[in-house]
Amino acid sequence: MRTILFILQKEFLQVFRNRTMLPMILLMPVVQLLVLVNAATFELKSIDMAVLDSDRSLMSHELVSRFEGSPYFKLTHLLSQGAAEAALYDNSADVVLVIPGGFERTMVREGGAPVQLLINAIDGMAAGLIDLYAGNIIAEYGSDMALGGSGDSPAGFGGLSQPDETIGQGKPDRPGGLKPALSPIEVTHRFLFNPTLKYTIYMLPGILVILVTIVGMFLTAINIVREKEQGTIEQINATPILKYQFITGKLIPFLIIALFEFALGLLAAYLLFDMPVLGSLWLVFLITFAFLLVALGLGLLLSAISSNQQQVSFTIFFFLLLFILMSGIFTPTESMPEWAQRINIINPFKYYMRALRMILLKGAGIVDVTRDLLFLGIYGSIALGVAVWRYRKVRA
Amino acid sequence: MDSREVVIEARDMVKRFGSFTANDRLNFHVYRGEIFGLLGANGAGKTTALKILCGLSKPTSGEIRVAGYSVRHNPNQIKRNIGYMSQKFSLYEDLTILENIRFFAGIYGMRRREIRKRSATMLKKLGLEHAAGRLIADLPTGWRQKLAFSIAIFHDPQIVFLDEPTGGVDPITRRQFWEMIYEAASRGITVFVTTHYMDEAEYCDRVTIMTDGQIMAIGSPAELKSAYKAESIDEVFRMLARNIE
Repeated sequence: MRTILFILQKEFLQVFRNRTMLPMILLMPVVQLLVLVNAATFELKSIDMAVLDSDRSLMSHELVSRFEGSPYFKLTHLLSQGAAEAALYDNSADVVLVIPGGFERTMVREGGAPVQLLINAIDGMAAGLIDLYAGNIIAEYGSDMALGGSGDSPAGFGGLSQPDETIGQGKPDRPGGLKPALSPIEVTHRFLFNPTLKYTIYMLPGILVILVTIVGMFLTAINIVREKEQGTIEQINATPILKYQFITGKLIPFLIIALFEFALGLLAAYLLFDMPVLGSLWLVFLITFAFLLVALGLGLLLSAISSNQQQVSFTIFFFLLLFILMSGIFTPTESMPEWAQRINIINPFKYYMRALRMILLKGAGIVDVTRDLLFLGIYGSIALGVAVWRYRKVRA
Repeated sequence: MDSREVVIEARDMVKRFGSFTANDRLNFHVYRGEIFGLLGANGAGKTTALKILCGLSKPTSGEIRVAGYSVRHNPNQIKRNIGYMSQKFSLYEDLTILENIRFFAGIYGMRRREIRKRSATMLKKLGLEHAAGRLIADLPTGWRQKLAFSIAIFHDPQIVFLDEPTGGVDPITRRQFWEMIYEAASRGITVFVTTHYMDEAEYCDRVTIMTDGQIMAIGSPAELKSAYKAESIDEVFRMLARNIE
């Protein structure tokens, strides 16, 4: 125990003596939160829409003005089909709205008329949202027209393929939007846990997770590898220090720093972004502690088998990227293919992410996250155990 | 023939790295309190041998005992009883002199009060009492080297292992360094030192000369010189090296 205290004293001295370290520890969480939460958002604020109105009628003008009135769309007008394609190719438009000639006539005669949306779908997620937003506006327009009494308007459920929209026809699968009044089934929505669908609320816990992992994993791993590079580890290996003492002495300082970092990030999220903290703070820190055992254990393990900082940085990057992208921070894990979900069982981030969101946003209690807590605890013990085992005082 | 106590004993010590044999059946023993020099050119296998004796590297075969313990079975018991100064400078550069002393003495199990008392005496002897709070990074090489040695024997080990301790140090500091080694030996600490400076061999009680992983000669400097009818150890070494070719 005394030996561990001497190591702790030395580690803290080194951390706080490092001039780049302190600002990093204090500034990183705030900067990351400020930048990422605002930048990494799926909400589309200004969609560039090009309009090709071949009808130029009162009704087509009315439809276009609906888009002009929307805060999401920025409109430009085009004159030819060629210009529409060009706009998509050179990225000056995210979506082209094509209103064919004879639109008004067909609307009046048949109570519905086709329009076309050409959407740049390189970013599939954004394309889906554009389709959704635009579809809602068109559907709303269609139902207003129908109510406005343009005569007979049978609301059939035409099997038209997206993104061709047929005004006047209800789309039963349109989530969150206004349905044409004539739809036989009326759906009412209530969004729970994040009623205003604020993206930041969803992202904040994720950013916090990334934050503590980077700090915890990198600092620990790089610290040990630096001792290898400078040769001081050999000096330590020549002393009667025991393996577990060494690993514990390296683990505790960074565990404390990472927990502090997490607290700082949580406070910033709470104060700056009104992030709800519905569950118990104790539970939040308990699950974070369990997760950190895993993250630091992996960091220690990787540093035990690497011989320099480049090696260990690359390996950590590899795992972090994989783990983070598959964690559910950005995309729901449920939408991953079956095999990926099965692999993901070993992803500690998945468990932590789910538990943290549940505790913070839904106020989940310990019973709800027992499974995650248990898993992280076991995972952490294994990682640390292997790290101690793999750390070699005597070279073969 | 000798009643003195043996503290290091190597019998048929072999270390192979793949097909390369770094130590080829080394046999030697070191008595308590003597200064034992391991001489050889770079790559002769000196550092490999020293690391095996310190319990930092496993021998491929052979029976090796240090301070009464087998390197194979009780490396940690050995580590409790030795001091080690590696070839690569290895104090923490971002810690002060006093912090380095405290850390290393601490992990050897010394009490804080004892550490405080002894570090004061030690720094005074080195003439560094005013520099106790300076970072190692700010110290000149000569000071660092002397400090590293003082820290290696701070916990009063039975044996201290020095791996080319005077590499890259000016002649005056080298002289002072050897005075420190003598002082440690007079306190009863056995000194095991590797070097490729042949003149330093003259300072040792006994030396062994290694070439290509094998021991070519062993004895006191005077014995070796008379056996090879040479003026200096340097000459002995050159004769042995020529034999090899």
